[in-house]
Amino acid sequence: MTSSGDTERVRLVARLLGPTGPELTCAECFAQLDRYVDLEVAGAAADRHVPGMRAHLEGCSACLEDHDSLLALVARQRPRHGP
Amino acid sequence: MPASTTRHAGRPSLDPESRRWLERLDPHSPGRDAAIQALHALLLDAARFEVRRRRAAFPHLRGDDFDDLAHQSADDALVAILRKLGDFRGDSRFTTWAYKFVLYEAAVKIRRRAWQGREVPLEPERWSVMTAGAATPHEDAETRELLAALRDAIRDDLSAHQREVLLAVAVGDVPIDVLAERLGTTRGALYKTIHDARRKLRGSLAARGLRAGTDTEGQR
Repeated sequence: MTSSGDTERVRLVARLLGPTGPELTCAECFAQLDRYVDLEVAGAAADRHVPGMRAHLEGCSACLEDHDSLLALVARQRPRHGP
Repeated sequence: MPASTTRHAGRPSLDPESRRWLERLDPHSPGRDAAIQALHALLLDAARFEVRRRRAAFPHLRGDDFDDLAHQSADDALVAILRKLGDFRGDSRFTTWAYKFVLYEAAVKIRRRAWQGREVPLEPERWSVMTAGAATPHEDAETRELLAALRDAIRDDLSAHQREVLLAVAVGDVPIDVLAERLGTTRGALYKTIHDARRKLRGSLAARGLRAGTDTEGQR
């Protein structure tokens, strides 16, 4: 069993160290965000088509929120396909 | 070659709906004003969607504040979209491309409004969770060593600016747009600072033989 302090430490370490490997910049993320979300909604391999996007979303909470909002809005209008 | 085909020659994969939007928004289109009105209505609907999603997190903001934010977001996004219309390459549907502008505007405005008048913590309280150094019985030796090394690296290896920005955003949960506004810079510039700080920390840990991921590529 782990304490809440332990969980907090693990979460903080992840946020401090961020993702490993190549990631897009915030500007590149914004430029590709619509394409990435449309691929996700279509059930296509978005991460293969837009390498570095997923890592950036793991490291940048603001861009992740922007992504989640766009995905929710588009998916509301066009139900997601595929897995 | 028909005029519309020539105009959209750089966007070969346009879907019919996106093509109609571009044709109607063309400066020479007789239906441009109506198309701009329709686009604004679409953006306002999207801004209200975003406001509804986020308003629960900001109970101190009033309903009027949120509707003002939605209108401001739609207005600002419309200006940006019309200015950047030539940048749309058809890699997505036109509406998805347009939505990202208004959602971005709404999100930034909501974050900044929520932090209006609040002080940005440069040494967040939650940092004490790690700096206290009081290991719990559940932590193994490797975790304790990693935490100690991370604390040292943050203190010794980062510049004061890197330390303040990383701790404020990653530990203090200060929205990066809010911090960017306070420091007179941009989200992208601050994220670069965070990215460089993280790379330095991972390098410091790796130099001590600790497993915390290795930095191989960095930002593109």
